[in-house]
Amino acid sequence: MSTRLVEGGRCIDRRQVVKFQFNGKQMSGFAGDSLASALLANDQHLIGRSFKYHRPRGLVASGPEEPNGLVTVGEGPSIEPNRQATMIELYEGLTASSQNHFPSLEWDVGAVADLASRFLPAGFYYKSFMRPRRAWEFLFEPMIRRAAGLGRLPRHQDESIYEHFYVHIDLLVVGGGVAGLTVAKAAADAGARVLIVEQMPHWGGRTSVDSGMIDGIDAAEWVNQLIDELASHQQVSMLNRTTAFGVYDHSYVLALERVEDHAPISGALRQRMWRMRPKCMVIATGAIERPLCFQDNDRPGVMLASGIRDYLKNFAISTGDRTVVALNNDDGYKTAMALAKAGLEVPVILDSRRPNDGDLTQQVRDLGIKIEFGRTVSSVNQSKGRIRSVRICSQVGEGATLHEVDCESLAVSGGWSPSAHLWSQGSGKLIWDEALSAFRPDLKRPPLQDDGSHNWAFTAGAASGCLPLDQTLDDACDVARAVFKRLALSGKIVRPEVEREKAEPPASTCLSPSGIKKKARAKAWVDFQNDVKVSDLDLALQEGYMSSEHAKRYTTLGMATDQGKLSNVNGLMIMAESRGVEMSEVSPTTFRPPYTPVTLGAIAGDARGSLFKPYRKTNIDEWHDKNGAYWERVGADWRRPFCYLKDGEKVREAVDREALRVRQTVGIFDSSSLGKIWVSGPDAGRFLDMLYTGVMSTLPIGRCRYGLMCNENGFLIDDGVVARIDETSFLCHTTTGGSDYIHGWMEDWLQCEWWNWKVYTANLTEQFAQIVVAGPEARKLLGKLNISDIDAASLPFMSWADRQVGAFKTRIFRVSFSGELSFEIALPADQGAELWRQIYAAGQEFDIEPYGTEALHVLRAEKGFVMIGEETDGTVTPQDLGLDWAVSKKKNDFLGKRGQKRPCLTHSDRWKFVGLETVEARAKLPVGALALGVGLDSHGFSKSIGRVTSSYHSPILNRTIALGLVENGPQRRGDILQFSTEAGPVNARIVSPVFYDPEGTQLNA
Amino acid sequence: MLRLKCPYCGQMVDETELTPGGEAHLKRATQNSSDDELLDYLFNRRNPKGVHFERWRHTFGCGKWFVVARCTVTHEVFGVYKAQTLKPPKSVVDAIANRRGHETQESQ
Repeated sequence: MSTRLVEGGRCIDRRQVVKFQFNGKQMSGFAGDSLASALLANDQHLIGRSFKYHRPRGLVASGPEEPNGLVTVGEGPSIEPNRQATMIELYEGLTASSQNHFPSLEWDVGAVADLASRFLPAGFYYKSFMRPRRAWEFLFEPMIRRAAGLGRLPRHQDESIYEHFYVHIDLLVVGGGVAGLTVAKAAADAGARVLIVEQMPHWGGRTSVDSGMIDGIDAAEWVNQLIDELASHQQVSMLNRTTAFGVYDHSYVLALERVEDHAPISGALRQRMWRMRPKCMVIATGAIERPLCFQDNDRPGVMLASGIRDYLKNFAISTGDRTVVALNNDDGYKTAMALAKAGLEVPVILDSRRPNDGDLTQQVRDLGIKIEFGRTVSSVNQSKGRIRSVRICSQVGEGATLHEVDCESLAVSGGWSPSAHLWSQGSGKLIWDEALSAFRPDLKRPPLQDDGSHNWAFTAGAASGCLPLDQTLDDACDVARAVFKRLALSGKIVRPEVEREKAEPPASTCLSPSGIKKKARAKAWVDFQNDVKVSDLDLALQEGYMSSEHAKRYTTLGMATDQGKLSNVNGLMIMAESRGVEMSEVSPTTFRPPYTPVTLGAIAGDARGSLFKPYRKTNIDEWHDKNGAYWERVGADWRRPFCYLKDGEKVREAVDREALRVRQTVGIFDSSSLGKIWVSGPDAGRFLDMLYTGVMSTLPIGRCRYGLMCNENGFLIDDGVVARIDETSFLCHTTTGGSDYIHGWMEDWLQCEWWNWKVYTANLTEQFAQIVVAGPEARKLLGKLNISDIDAASLPFMSWADRQVGAFKTRIFRVSFSGELSFEIALPADQGAELWRQIYAAGQEFDIEPYGTEALHVLRAEKGFVMIGEETDGTVTPQDLGLDWAVSKKKNDFLGKRGQKRPCLTHSDRWKFVGLETVEARAKLPVGALALGVGLDSHGFSKSIGRVTSSYHSPILNRTIALGLVENGPQRRGDILQFSTEAGPVNARIVSPVFYDPEGTQLNA
Repeated sequence: MLRLKCPYCGQMVDETELTPGGEAHLKRATQNSSDDELLDYLFNRRNPKGVHFERWRHTFGCGKWFVVARCTVTHEVFGVYKAQTLKPPKSVVDAIANRRGHETQESQ
């Protein structure tokens, strides 16, 4: 039984009782408890079911390395899965539940997987369920997804508030233990701007738990005094409950502050992401204890020695009256002593090493605790989810039981691994330290700064591999000196006074016993969280996965939230032993961010909803919104009316009405988002001749020309009308989506290829509003506004002129994308809405209607005008679209000219531009539908000979129309093709892509 | 997230202000290039484990293109220079030789 002791617990406040719920059961703890400690106080040992075999699992550790204690917090739709019970601070009303079980934690049908574990080895998923192929999608995968996995996804959007915060500092200290605090104090006193982050609510790290003496006073008290000094220090910022979880390129560091997770308030900031590039970083993140690998080492009640010590000293938790301690290093002795001092029984310490007489050994003997050297645990006896006894064997043997000891709790310590994750993330390397029996940072291969300097990141204390307190402080002082050098600081570095410890070296095996037999290997866990056993590593090796990176992926060792914290080194040791190689020859897997799980909301910060990608709006946007605009997001983040809905109207009806109005009287359209790039200079014409497939240099002043742009592959990337403004200046219109890209494209060629050409470009897209007035009555309407000289002779098709429209100075382009008589009126952006209103008012007598982008598309498709992004997809040439007329034969060079001569682009089988008319006038071809050819292609599928690129209902023709690309299409006009659609085959006839007014009578009016 | 110095602005800027442009100093194929030469120009790029010369545009800043000499393994930057050159300037070539020569450890 785990219980709360009547005395002790340095982190809890017994006067403040906190009520919470676990799996629907009411429980209570104290303020200062973690959820994990509160559960133990309520004797809730069983906390979850394992990932794959659904084995019952209990808490193993007390910090972020906890592999089993993943719970779902909250109820109903706004739950958060996979939070570590050890990292959740208890608060009134906290609701948590365990994961991975059905129907209940205590009685789980999935546990049958454990009985069948012999048939579910590593790589099981890759090998099984291969046939029949279809069954994977419909049967096996859903079944496995239900059985395996961590937690369940919340159904609703996370309503919590998150923010990002930038900070500029000289020194970031990660970890508020004695090493980090010592460096921080020295640097701050010398004038450096310091930020200290500590993941736990409490400062002082292990030292505050383990006590001892520093500078003649109790270590915990020493830490408190130092904290007080730092808290009032001008140069220091301190953040607890803050995890530096990632080090990225060029010294970029991210830290997550859990602002109010410990006391949630609705509507308040929940978490804050700190973003920084510190000039210098000290990683004082301590070390993580490793478990031992013996049979049934995953049973609830088997815990890390440090975890048991933490629960005891921080929260006054007894994990059982009798605790056996099994260890292969000195540190576990401290747990035994702490238990004994609290009045709890330690029947025996099993030290797998040879007899030794270190300081700690002597202290333990003085307390009357029995030590058995050269012994270890071979397995545990359990019933009803509780440990009853442990079987003891010789470490070097195969596991024959020497005797059994009754106990309720088992503390294990398989050695300590420096927590060097951040070092490794910053691409610092690790090296195997035989004396330490762990990977530690290799000081010769540190993380690099962008300038190649290597002295910006340091590890200090236990993170360097300096575990005893005296070594930790020595190392902290060395690091402080290095930091001074890096930051050009000067000042005194005082090493706190501590007693020297005589430490015994740890043993370097995690297998318990060393000769652990095959059957026990299949029940000895290496990675609790991912359910990887010793036998899985054996299998990986047997199947040839020698490299640790390969074995990791094959077995899933060290994945998920574990990130190798508990399992990595043990896994590597087992593999090295099996392969008969030294650990120094094994390279550890690379640690990757984040160190602990980070909520997606925290990564997004403010950038969500309407702030994720703010809309660009034209000057006329407000008018559209008030007049029924049905919005769509169009390229380059603009919002544009798809159509304007009138009372009770459906979208399709509105589009038909608008398109028809343009054909019959007049419509008005906001084309302000159209790209407008100014190209000017003595070489402007020459430059545009290179950029466009056609000739632009010969364009007379006052005239417009349609142009195509290709990339060097020869494929179309953009199109638009170019207007010649004067001898050296052109205005190039691009598609709405292409304005930024094409401007960048022009600059690329000007800056990087033809940098001696005298050309200047400017992206004027947002400087001008542009209003299209289109329809048979367009000229008559503009006449009402007293615009002179817009008759066909003064302003012919494909020309432009500066014209006064009432009070507005405008530039009118006679171009048309609708096939109707059309005027595009450009004026300074801020005047757009006013002119729009005036035209709209004057147009009332002609029944003017605004039209949206969809009506525009219908109109252009009726005329067979191509649309970039509809007819093109990055693999379509101008020749494919029948636009040969816009590709110069005379020019020596232009972008894409050589590319277009590639055999694959001149091939006679190219799919070419056609119109498609369904045989049945009401039938609609879906965009993307494929035309079926005869026979099979090289993959054994039906051969495709074309596809639909655009498809609309044409109100003026009262039938559906479509555009597409078909193999040899133009030569096959009149043929009927069969298209494959979800609703079944649809037959369509190949026709001219110009469905309406092929003579252009309307256009040239 | 890389941090690079724009040689026009003289500012250290975050990668989020920049647009990558791939390998620098490509030689554009001409109309007389063979198909193989053209394919090489269009599709084949160096992918060195080590120093790479790459184009970046300070898109959300001055809009200028520049070239960065960067180690693809360590992200070490040896120099930045304006794009209007056919080959890396001597100062950058020297910086690479100097620093890589004195490096105690070879990160490749």
